[in-house]
Amino acid sequence: MKEISELHLPIDRSYSDDHEWAQKTGDTIRIGVSDYAQDQMGDIVFVEMPEVGDTFAKGDEFGTLESVKAVSEAYIPLSGEIIAINEALEDAPELVNNDPYSNWLVEIRPTVAGEFDKLMSRDQYLAFLQG
Amino acid sequence: MRYLPHTEQEISEMLAVTGHTHLDDLFSHIPDNCRFQDEVDLPGPLTEWALSETFQGLAKRNAAASARAVLLGGGSYSHYIPEIVPSLIKRSEFLTAYTPYQPEMSQGTLQGIFEYQTLTARLLGMEVANASMYDGASALAEALLMTLRIGRRKQTVAVSTAIHPHYREVVKSYLRAGKFNIIELETGSDGRTDTSGLQQIDGLAGVALQSPNFFGVIEDLGNAANDIHGADALFVSCFSEPFAYGILGSPGANGADIVCGEGQSFGMSQSFGGPGLGMFACRKEYQRSLPGRLVGETVDLDGKRGYVLTLSTREQHIRREKATSNICSNQGLCALTAAVYMACLGSTGLRQVAKLNHDKAEYLKKGLMEAGAEELFSGPTFNEFVLNFKFDFGSIREKLLHRGIIAGMELGRLYPALEGAYLFCVTETTSKTVLDEVINEVRP
Amino acid sequence: MTQGPGTNGLILNEPLLWEKGKKGRTAFSMPDQDVPEAIGKIDSNLLGKGPDFPDLSEIDVVRHYTRLSTWNFGVDTGMYPLGSCTMKYNPKINEKIAAIHGIAASHPLLADELSQGCLQLMFDLQTALARLTGMDAVSLQPSAGAQGEMAGMLTFAAYFKKKGEKRTKILIPDTAHGTNPASAALCGFTPVAVKSKDDGTLDPESVAELMDEDTVGLMLTNPNTLGLFEESILEITARVHEKGGLVYGDGANMNAVMTIVNFKRCGIDAMHLNLHKTFSTPHGGGGPGAGPICVVEKLKSFLPLPRVIKNDGHYLLEQNDKDSIGRLHAFFGNFGVLVKAHSYILSMGRENLKKASQLAVLNANYIRESLRDVLKLAYDKPCMHECVFSDALQQEYKISTLDMAKRLIDHGYHPPTIYFPLVVPGAIMIEPTETENKEDIDQFIAVFKDVAEEARVNGERLRQAPMLTKLRRLDETQAARNPCLVG
Repeated sequence: MKEISELHLPIDRSYSDDHEWAQKTGDTIRIGVSDYAQDQMGDIVFVEMPEVGDTFAKGDEFGTLESVKAVSEAYIPLSGEIIAINEALEDAPELVNNDPYSNWLVEIRPTVAGEFDKLMSRDQYLAFLQG
Repeated sequence: MRYLPHTEQEISEMLAVTGHTHLDDLFSHIPDNCRFQDEVDLPGPLTEWALSETFQGLAKRNAAASARAVLLGGGSYSHYIPEIVPSLIKRSEFLTAYTPYQPEMSQGTLQGIFEYQTLTARLLGMEVANASMYDGASALAEALLMTLRIGRRKQTVAVSTAIHPHYREVVKSYLRAGKFNIIELETGSDGRTDTSGLQQIDGLAGVALQSPNFFGVIEDLGNAANDIHGADALFVSCFSEPFAYGILGSPGANGADIVCGEGQSFGMSQSFGGPGLGMFACRKEYQRSLPGRLVGETVDLDGKRGYVLTLSTREQHIRREKATSNICSNQGLCALTAAVYMACLGSTGLRQVAKLNHDKAEYLKKGLMEAGAEELFSGPTFNEFVLNFKFDFGSIREKLLHRGIIAGMELGRLYPALEGAYLFCVTETTSKTVLDEVINEVRP
Repeated sequence: MTQGPGTNGLILNEPLLWEKGKKGRTAFSMPDQDVPEAIGKIDSNLLGKGPDFPDLSEIDVVRHYTRLSTWNFGVDTGMYPLGSCTMKYNPKINEKIAAIHGIAASHPLLADELSQGCLQLMFDLQTALARLTGMDAVSLQPSAGAQGEMAGMLTFAAYFKKKGEKRTKILIPDTAHGTNPASAALCGFTPVAVKSKDDGTLDPESVAELMDEDTVGLMLTNPNTLGLFEESILEITARVHEKGGLVYGDGANMNAVMTIVNFKRCGIDAMHLNLHKTFSTPHGGGGPGAGPICVVEKLKSFLPLPRVIKNDGHYLLEQNDKDSIGRLHAFFGNFGVLVKAHSYILSMGRENLKKASQLAVLNANYIRESLRDVLKLAYDKPCMHECVFSDALQQEYKISTLDMAKRLIDHGYHPPTIYFPLVVPGAIMIEPTETENKEDIDQFIAVFKDVAEEARVNGERLRQAPMLTKLRRLDETQAARNPCLVG
């Protein structure tokens, strides 16, 4: 597994303490898992997704990522309604390992104002990982 | 005692290493009020020779010890078992092995089960089969739970009353906790389940039929599938006699989504009802919702083909309370037994034996009907059937019993409304001579 | 370098069944067609062609499975120190007993008078298990430990329903076997985790804090999954009972305490036993096992039906009890397995069952003392029938528990249980059982010491292990990403 200094943590994302990232895409927000998360999980073999139209409150479990011997719950960093899921992950879950930032999990329409700004910046997340 | 290899000398040496003087010291931390105050009252020990005598004595007190023929099915079937089946299965490398969690040293079990899964899927006309459930009854219960899992917000299942009564009881036990609704579907005069009213049922996740059913009647699975899918529900097709699929169209070919049932006929002794084998198969799209273990094909570091337990994240040891089932130990050796049995039969053999079962059952049925019995149901049957007698068959049955022939079972104890009718089964193990003996006893 | 039993050996490849055979071959002796053919009795739209099975001769089948067996490893092959599985020797006489014709050919639906032998066998086994656990009533129906747990949970649910109490939570220690929360969830309960103390045992205070009138009670394993006796068990069960709860005992580790610990006195209300662990019935590569449950008097009426009772020297099936949780099996459970367990109990008798537990605990403590300098001992206190280590000492060489386990295979051992229980990262749980002799244990200890040393000086050999098996490490990721479950 990678050392913290080896992790790829782009500046143009916001991060949650469950190791998810969020990025604004116009009115909507794309969500994925950080490099730390995919590294910890090892080879991902299956990604269980919610359905378009499902709604979640911040912190709810919205899906799971399975490796051979473990299951990791994915917790949504912002309240919202699912408007898109990344269908490429159905046949190729390993894309999340290859590049966890271009291979997003879900896209949501946020339902609660102000939550996005409460997420960590890249530097804050790095400090969180080091702490 | 021959299973306890330690000598007194060795015990002393080992105790010295652990820092104790007596074996009892190893238990000194166990509080007194957790212990037995008196000696546990148990029989034995018996020598190997006395043991055999004891069990031979018990065996003699079972009718099976001296019966010449048992013309009864009802979920437990008498079939010939080639000698090579027990001979191969009792090889200690299969018998005394653990679950194949270390695949490099368990390829025998793993390939054996992969072959079992494949043959089972082919038999039932399905795309995926698991490594076994406990028996046909719990398999049915788990199949219905699977339809409720897939159906997400649906709370209701429908179950044919022609399914084995014990299977239906087990379904009730398993579904009670989830507070699901179980609707019962009645049968018609042909002995088949009426699936016409399903669209009226709200929130229907799954519908289960058994074919051939408890009365031996072959259900029209294709027709049922249309009704069931029309009601937006999943079709669970179950069975207690897999030999039927040697000549009948498979449930998969007829539209079933999940197929499950009892595999005891394929190489396991009846043994007072267990161990049996829960066979379980489904369509590929539902495979991640399957309960039970699965063996999958892969390659090793050198690129050689091999087998491993896979999709384990569905199971209890990883998913714990969110697992698709709590099952851990299943009926592994029974699954392997069934695979060996299916390998012995082959396509050709399976068809021939299945046909012989049907031919012999029809012969007895025809003979008894000519002697005054009436078919209770008009639907076609495989190797079991139900007859009504205008006279007292009970006393004839008693006579046959004293001659070592168990002729069917009175249905009233399981279906009170059908009291006086008798369920019969004939397999390849009963000769024409014995069948004629029964017919002649009945003939006025 | 100590030589364990592992060595090279020629074994043969063998293809899949459907890669062999020729149409028309058979290994089944076809009975005579002594009746006329029944033509046209079944509508043609119901008929099918039958499945596509390979046609094989008797020799084809025999060679196939004989070769497959050579790729396997059983208790008869060598030491199988799997913690929490109790891989003890499986006596061969028990197999012969279960195959006696009058037993093996018994039909389960015959009237009671025609099955007195089978019914007596079940009644006697029920009695023996009740006496061995100290409990009041037994059901032999559950087909495995997990189904026994389910029976226990359904019994608890029925008990509270009858009392008119609505309880939804159940306390489960963090060391529990995965079947515990799975079984609880199957019965509609919400598992609540209880954290163990640093010494690996449960704290009655932790239990008391979580126990309330909304909680069914506690599921615990004793001795626990770390091989430690829960010394505070009386206090723990008292705290649960105080709030009207019940205690379920997972009896998987019964092999440590036969005829010594009385579970009823411990405060257990219901427990299961694993006959394929403690009572020597073979594991069969994944079953069949049996998981009978034993309960105290007040829970007796809830047990699954039917039950075997004795009336005036005659054995009967009790079929009616409106309290019962119902059926869990089409008939009586894995009867053939019950026969083998009963045969074992009669062979051993009280004295030998006690000796078995004593020697199982001796063997485990001997291994614990002998390996403590080489592997990190998870808990430095006397263990019962199994001991737990971790790979903490090997981490500096970047060698994991998995690597050491795979290297043991080359030496001729089935590895111990690894990565369970979850509270010990990199857990290595060793349960030798009483049927291993001292020389074999000494050899195992010497080999494990060598493997630990090899980890230090030549770790790559461990990472490449196993090398002497038919196949090397398998790609489980590929198997899970692209499942190929049928051929």
